Amino acid sequence: MQDFAGEFAHAFRLLLRLDPDLLAIVVLSLRVSLSAVLFAALIGMPLGAVLAVTRFPVRRVINVLVAAFMGLPPVVVGLLIYLLLSHAGVLGPLRLLYTPTAMIIAQAVLVTPIIAALARQTIEDVHGEYAEQLAVFGIGPWQKVTTLLWDARFSLLTALLAGFGRAIAEVGAVIIVGGNINHVTRVMTTTIALETSKGNLALALGLGVILVTIAVAVNALVFALRATAVRTAHA
Amino acid sequence: MPEPQVLPVAAAGIVFERDGRRLLDVADIAFDGIGCTVVLGPNGAGKSLLLRVLAGLIEPDEGRVTWAGRAPDRERAPRLGVVFQRPVLLRRSARANIIYALKVTGTPASRRQAKADAVLAAARLEDLARSPARLLSGGEQQRLALARALALEPEVLFLDEPTSSLDPASTKAIEDMLKTAALAGTRIVLVTHDTAQARRLADDVVFIHHGRVLERAAAPSFFAESTAPQARAYLEGAILA
Amino acid sequence: MSKILKLLIVAVMATAGLSASAMAAKKFILVQSTTSTQNSGLYEYLLPKFEKKTGIQVRVVAVGTGQAIKNAMNCDGDVLLVHAKKSELKFVASGYGVKRYDLMYNDFIIVGPAGDPAHVAGMKDAVAALKKIAAAKVTFLSRGDDSGTNKKEMALWKKAGIDVKKASGTWYRETGSGMGATINSAVGMEAYTLTDRATWIAFKNRGDLKIAVQGDKDLFNQYGITLINKSKCPAVKSKLGLVFMNYLLSPHGQKVIAAYRRKNQQLFFPNATVTSAN
Repeated sequence: MQDFAGEFAHAFRLLLRLDPDLLAIVVLSLRVSLSAVLFAALIGMPLGAVLAVTRFPVRRVINVLVAAFMGLPPVVVGLLIYLLLSHAGVLGPLRLLYTPTAMIIAQAVLVTPIIAALARQTIEDVHGEYAEQLAVFGIGPWQKVTTLLWDARFSLLTALLAGFGRAIAEVGAVIIVGGNINHVTRVMTTTIALETSKGNLALALGLGVILVTIAVAVNALVFALRATAVRTAHA
Repeated sequence: MPEPQVLPVAAAGIVFERDGRRLLDVADIAFDGIGCTVVLGPNGAGKSLLLRVLAGLIEPDEGRVTWAGRAPDRERAPRLGVVFQRPVLLRRSARANIIYALKVTGTPASRRQAKADAVLAAARLEDLARSPARLLSGGEQQRLALARALALEPEVLFLDEPTSSLDPASTKAIEDMLKTAALAGTRIVLVTHDTAQARRLADDVVFIHHGRVLERAAAPSFFAESTAPQARAYLEGAILA
Repeated sequence: MSKILKLLIVAVMATAGLSASAMAAKKFILVQSTTSTQNSGLYEYLLPKFEKKTGIQVRVVAVGTGQAIKNAMNCDGDVLLVHAKKSELKFVASGYGVKRYDLMYNDFIIVGPAGDPAHVAGMKDAVAALKKIAAAKVTFLSRGDDSGTNKKEMALWKKAGIDVKKASGTWYRETGSGMGATINSAVGMEAYTLTDRATWIAFKNRGDLKIAVQGDKDLFNQYGITLINKSKCPAVKSKLGLVFMNYLLSPHGQKVIAAYRRKNQQLFFPNATVTSAN
């Protein structure tokens, strides 16, 4: 029988005394997921804004697809990226498989639809407010996009948070493209999976609680930021 | 005086329909020269719609709008200012709002600060320059929107019921800014349902009802003895059907 | 605001770039191996010693044997370390592997609920025990994932003359998962399952399960190591891969393997027949 409380406490003790292995795993998790969100935002935000403000024939179809891809199964994305990055695959020569970069790519693919869809919604609302006035200034579509994105930046933070939540919590994609290699591509979720598969359930749970705490902290930070912005009418 | 790029603003054969109802039916109208024209009429007369069609914001179902003889285009749009009933301000400071407008309409960076400060001072908003624009009072926001429009030095300025939601003090401030602008050569076209405001500001009046222009006359003769029966009734305070 | 944002972006990209270059600078090889070896903790024990001695980092991707071999055929690795001799020899015959060497062995065991509903506890004949489990229709969990353990299990059923695929979903259940996940499920379902001893010894969530059957020579579990062939996979790091293989096959390496203990038990027994792979 397991010593549940003991194992649980063990996880927290590792955290408190800044166990280097655990720290490395936490830092890597944050690095991978934050980078993924960054790249996803660079693509997803302008994409969402363009979908919000322009009319073109296939727009409805793309809106549906983007929304649908919010639910892309991580393991499917992992598999597709693996096939691309594998030495036998198209991008094999890049030698990206089993590296954190591959994990960032996979998570970015997962997160982009979320950010695009939420950005589109936010921008559509803001666009309704500003459309006429911006037309009076005679600005072009690209400038309209950047203006709306910047103006709605605090609402867009929510989209980023949603993306981050998805990235930091998933395991299906990173385990396939990263390989869960010790000291190289092992993140919090894959560690939890590994410890579970070793039967170290309490340790896995303890790590899980740490992971959730980190996610909560990130969210709290962003919410505080938004509150300040709302107070100064920037949101 | 630089070559006019958008004046005269003219429209011919404008028809606009929605759900089977004809909302605009204007055979011929043009604005040129200087001074302040008030487009007067009851609510729902089509005044705001006409303004938007003339400003190139809405496409009519039929008819043509021309700016200086050519169709409206994005490049010349800044030459034609619009102030809406509710001020549309970006989520940044008052000053930043003006600088934004100057930036996107092509004013070089070196001149933006000075210009923004100048119009803020003229609008008596210099103390609020750093304040978040959306935290200003209704009157202050509208003064800011007007200041922003004037900062672009438009040839013609359209205003859509700019003071209908403001208190008397703010209304007076806005009207003073308009009078100053008109004197400086900006062509003003003000849409309103407020007869008293029309009396205070108009050089000439266009009276609209049910989407049609019923009368156009110089202000003195319009207010003394207007020819259209609806206009006369409206001036006497009647509610038009 | 935008300044802070720009700083953040630069910071993230810098750390991403920094570690990429840091990783590129280090010498490393990639080993496709099995979950059973990983779950036993052997690599955490062995690899730091190897890295200290040679400066070569060994990156282990631990998946089922079937997947490890497929990955190797995609050239996603330098060395293959698994426990399915027939498949490994096929791998070499296909030209993807240079040569397969025996490395170490341990054994498989059948574990089951303490109550032993199939009455197989203490038996030393694996095939007979499986026949009894099938006859009693007591829940048996298979990994069903083409791993080395799974291949051994299927071979035993074949020897027993039982077609378990027909019973799949009834008393015979395929988890399609690694060994640890399967044992977790066995605990949850109070089922029998076949596992390698190393995973079992290191496993912490045994619940009510106990060792039921062991000691049969049919339960012999041989691990082999193979260098992936450069002629089929030009990017393979043959030189570094050979350093690793030679280390493991050498008397010193074999001693290190033998010295690995969990709960005072030896998990792997070295049985290399050559001392180097050159």
